[in-house]
Amino acid sequence: MSQKVVDILKEKFGSVVLETKSEHKDETVVVEASAWFEVAQFLRDDPRCDMQQMVDLCGVDFPDREPRFEVVMHLHSFRLKHRLRLKARVGDRDGEEATIKSVVPIWSGANWFERETYDLMGIEFDGHPDLRRILLYPEFEGHPLRKDYPANKIQPLVPFREGYEKLPPFDEFEGMSFGRQVFRSGKFD
Amino acid sequence: MEPIDQELEEGELELPSQPMTLNLGPSHPAMHGTIRIVVELSGENIMNADVQIGYLHRGFEKMCERGSYSQVFPYVDRCNYASPMLNNVGFALAVEKLLDITVPDRCQYYRVILGELARIADHLTCNGAMAMELGAFTPLLWFMKGREMIYDIMEEETGARLTHSFGRVGGMAQPPSANFKAMVSAVIPRIRSILGEAEALLLQNRIFMDRLQGVGKISQADAIALGWTGPCLRSTGVAYDVRKAHPYLCYDRFDFDVPVGQEGDNWDRFMVRLEELRQSARIIEQALEQMPDSGPINVDDPRIVLPPKNEVYTTIEGTIQHFKIVMEGIKVPAGEAYGYTEGGNGELGFYIVSDGSGTPYRVRIRPPCFAITQALGGLITGLMIPDVVPTFGSLNMIGGECDH
Repeated sequence: MSQKVVDILKEKFGSVVLETKSEHKDETVVVEASAWFEVAQFLRDDPRCDMQQMVDLCGVDFPDREPRFEVVMHLHSFRLKHRLRLKARVGDRDGEEATIKSVVPIWSGANWFERETYDLMGIEFDGHPDLRRILLYPEFEGHPLRKDYPANKIQPLVPFREGYEKLPPFDEFEGMSFGRQVFRSGKFD
Repeated sequence: MEPIDQELEEGELELPSQPMTLNLGPSHPAMHGTIRIVVELSGENIMNADVQIGYLHRGFEKMCERGSYSQVFPYVDRCNYASPMLNNVGFALAVEKLLDITVPDRCQYYRVILGELARIADHLTCNGAMAMELGAFTPLLWFMKGREMIYDIMEEETGARLTHSFGRVGGMAQPPSANFKAMVSAVIPRIRSILGEAEALLLQNRIFMDRLQGVGKISQADAIALGWTGPCLRSTGVAYDVRKAHPYLCYDRFDFDVPVGQEGDNWDRFMVRLEELRQSARIIEQALEQMPDSGPINVDDPRIVLPPKNEVYTTIEGTIQHFKIVMEGIKVPAGEAYGYTEGGNGELGFYIVSDGSGTPYRVRIRPPCFAITQALGGLITGLMIPDVVPTFGSLNMIGGECDH
């Protein structure tokens, strides 16, 4: 990881950088949630930072704090061989209004990571192309990685889906219909 | 006998022009791992693909928040079950990073050797399964023969063939057994010869080459942006290997190469894995040579490492120490750390947040194949149904790891 990138960020963004720290050879920068996207964009495009890859994105829940959630992103530059942990804090104590801008336009790889964070932690990503649950099923209630979600909670059984996505057998006008038409017409005996 | 279609009217025989939706999986004979791919077909061409994972989600991260740090090891075993030892070592290193400790030299070599054996088993499984799915059953059986030899070593060392739970914070569960070195050095040449045999079957095989070459191509820029690491990223020509770029354990003491591909297609991914097998064998041979025969395996810190059993039963200090570690867990100072190692599929990261108690506050696993699998939909769009099988196989998605 690199102290240099932290200094560049401080110099460029000033008061937006809320906090920086360095522990266990990892540099952390906490930025304001509103500047999340701009900082990320800068980190990728600036040749001194050159964060080509978003390695990981996740959320951490601190129910006693306000803002409650930390969105944590790990960045990596292959060329300069440095790493950075970028954080932003969102959400109130009830876990509402946890919204942050999506970084999918910057790193397309953030797509599933943001979906996962939305799924398990309930943080919404503004501008995400396809924000739906990824690891859990659509009927799941709540977000299990929040600290107030009991680990032994049992979810009700999912009733048979009515408005399901397209599943075979297909509608009359879909797919290889000619075989079925013959079958239904009764000519096939 | 009359042909059956004679009575049909012409109009009924027209081929449908609407796209057809087809579900591949979650349980599909040609796919290892439960994953559902909903594809929209035009004829046999894939117009659109939606990859749905989560069938193996077991709440790994939530479970980790309930026990002590040592109780996480059985869970990480079940993440990448093709190479559990690498996960064990990866998690142990992340916690050790938080604790600011380094394991003794002998343990580092021990971890490297066991980890590289696990990597060999991982790549053998992946490449073998890939060949099998394309109809070449023999190489799979030969590769499995090699994996079996590795499992035998693992069983001898750890007591378990697959889910070892052998890593510990600050060391390993047991020191190497008496004939560890002899076993490993006997197995490595045999694995090399298996590789040669299987290569002779596959690499000149026209069918195998046609199904892999030029299929499932990805560009270097896309692979980087998508968060790819490991053999899949290296197949596009990026020589990034955590073992070389950010050496951990004692990887900087070994002489090994990082194989890269050029095209980023299935063939390159297959070949990169094949060459990595040889490089792993090289690392193991060097590590065997350098590894000291005696010396401590665990760090000398009674707050972290369990005392020997005879001390637990005979001394009060040992009993208390044992009790404290088992009941309260290892007290890890408050803070956070991201530990990353080269897993079977790429950069395996553990982001651990500690609140100073014996239970992790948050354990986040960064599974390499999660990032890799998210590219699958894009990779198979425009290809044909039969191309899904080798493309998916070459990504080596491991359900347990991808779905946490």
